Amino acid sequence: MAIDSIGEHNETAPRGRAEVALIGCNHLTAPVELRERVAFTPEQALQAAKELCQSGTIEEALVVSTCNRSELYGVAEESDGSLPDALVSYFSEFHKLSPRELNGRIYQHAGRQAVRHLFRVASGLDSMMLGEAEILGQVRDAYNRALGNGSTGPVLNRLFQGALEVGKRVRTETEIGARPMSVAVAGVKLAERIFGDLKGRCALIVGAGGVAEQVVEHLRMRGIGELQLANRSYARAQELALRMGGTALEWSALKIALDQPDIVVTSVSGSDHVLTRTMFERSMSARSGRAICVIDLGVPRNVEPTVEGLYNVYLFNIDHLGEIVEQNKKAREAEAPRAEAIVDEHVSKFLAWQSSLEGAGLLEALRSRLEVERQSLFAAHFGDVSRASEADRERLEKLTQELIDRIVQLPASRLRRERKLHRPVEGLAALRELFGLADSDDKEKP
Amino acid sequence: MGIDVLALALYAASFAGYALHLYRDRPWSGRLATLLLILAIVAHYYALLERSRAIHAIPYDDLYGSMSLFAWLLAVTYLGLETYHRQRAVGSLVVPFVMFLLIAAVVAPSNVHHELRTNGALFALHITITVLAYAAFAISFLLSVIYLIQNRGLRHGRPGLAFWRFPALEVLERMSRSSVWVGLVSLAVGTALGFVWEHRLTGQFAIADPKVLVTLIVLAVYAIYLAIVHAPAWRGARAAMVCACNFVIVLFSYTIVNVYFTGFHRFF
Repeated sequence: MAIDSIGEHNETAPRGRAEVALIGCNHLTAPVELRERVAFTPEQALQAAKELCQSGTIEEALVVSTCNRSELYGVAEESDGSLPDALVSYFSEFHKLSPRELNGRIYQHAGRQAVRHLFRVASGLDSMMLGEAEILGQVRDAYNRALGNGSTGPVLNRLFQGALEVGKRVRTETEIGARPMSVAVAGVKLAERIFGDLKGRCALIVGAGGVAEQVVEHLRMRGIGELQLANRSYARAQELALRMGGTALEWSALKIALDQPDIVVTSVSGSDHVLTRTMFERSMSARSGRAICVIDLGVPRNVEPTVEGLYNVYLFNIDHLGEIVEQNKKAREAEAPRAEAIVDEHVSKFLAWQSSLEGAGLLEALRSRLEVERQSLFAAHFGDVSRASEADRERLEKLTQELIDRIVQLPASRLRRERKLHRPVEGLAALRELFGLADSDDKEKP
Repeated sequence: MGIDVLALALYAASFAGYALHLYRDRPWSGRLATLLLILAIVAHYYALLERSRAIHAIPYDDLYGSMSLFAWLLAVTYLGLETYHRQRAVGSLVVPFVMFLLIAAVVAPSNVHHELRTNGALFALHITITVLAYAAFAISFLLSVIYLIQNRGLRHGRPGLAFWRFPALEVLERMSRSSVWVGLVSLAVGTALGFVWEHRLTGQFAIADPKVLVTLIVLAVYAIYLAIVHAPAWRGARAAMVCACNFVIVLFSYTIVNVYFTGFHRFF
């Protein structure tokens, strides 16, 4: 079932005090060794959610698991605050971890804090790289899977739809995800600043560093035309060319190879400069002065620094790229308060909805209780038909029914108003207690 | 005056949209800015039309008419470039110039001393096409300056934050080239029409007039720009520098020559 197909009917069904809670660990609380152990595959996530729902105490459950976090979300009806503990207990059992191994690594949130946590996660505010875009897709996938599996209900549906909405708003209304945050993306973006569209352009990759591979990946995503790969070992160049989908070049052909590409990425280990000023001077003449973007990812540098002075050669080394990433990081951090404000707005919205849901449940219970009392009074006073005419009885029934409607009408309209204002209704638990509307009170009825 | 103010308000709203588009990268604000610019151009056109009807000629004799016409053609040329190159980022820099010229036109004294000899469709075409050329050169100047600033940031590996929003260097160069082509062709046609009109009126060609000489120089320097823009030693920043410097001659022709030197182009 797709997100859009969820009907309003199941979201507004009256219910009691539903508590949202989550437990989990992320890159801030657990080292990668532990995160690896507590990660859920998509199948395991569905299995875990199903088992939690079958446990009896939890009505709705969902698992969010990415490379940086594993989190269990649960909703319990009439919770007494033990939901987070139940989730932790299941989490440790599922992953066969002792409490000692999880000690201090797990965070637990309930109510407002749980809602706020999920909304911050979906917005990229809780990510290792502030404002990262992938997390929103991962939350969406986790939700869609759980939805298809039937482990979500009205509360988690509303909560996760809210999270997706917050994530989308934060991305569109703030600059938190606007600028490149990795060296590889920064390099590719700089090339785009020179050439515009990279479709059909030619790139030469010299060496085989990990970052260079990331650059290639991003170049491919932008539709780079031709990819040439050169390595000191031709066999390695061929292997890379096969893996990355390019053409292998002999190391000795490097001098003339500079005549063609628009972008050159170097990532070679060694102390000598692989590409020298002389090589570029010759190639610039051969390429009729056509601009060339050189991204030097090597430390020590692979490209002779004086190349920077050549006309139409744009040389960027690892420090340049690092500086851009740092500058962008600060720009993203400056956007965080605006993103937090959007999160807060949606937290209030969700809590108001949840409170109105609880309020509606309470009113429904109150109406039922009054109806029972009404029926009971009628049975006691008008059980004998001779004591009142049929017309009188009908009029009295109508009157008492209207009285109940009037009693419930005012709180119902106030509840609607508070919901519209995104304000949670306070003191519902006290009212429930006062009117004896809790499930356990049913047994105390006369 | 009323339509002028309406046009100005629409230009201001369009500028706000372009600025938001540049600052926040919102596609909807860019589209809205373009729509508002079109409306501003239409309103501005009616303001010029009203003026033309009042003086029975294309408004160019006074500072108001000249500046307003220039501002309008600047906006029209930019809109054409934006549509052709699908680039809105430069709008936030062009529209303020249009607004400045229109404000100057509105507050400037508008004492019209219209000469009857400057009537007629041919003369109107000569003026309009020539002012269009100046507007196109002004945009190419602006694009070249942006190119040079961006190029400097890239050469030093320290691009500013706004840098990520402006068009790429090659796109800026293409836009500048298109603009120069528009300007060069318009100026050549406008000058030719001017010669024809003058010959009809006086039976001779005033080749030696400073305005004509400077115009021929302008044609020559922009033709040189188009010739060197693909040359190995000049393509890129050097060509952009040439384009920017060329505009100094245009400004000289449009202001100093018109006011102090020419014998028959003594209007703004």
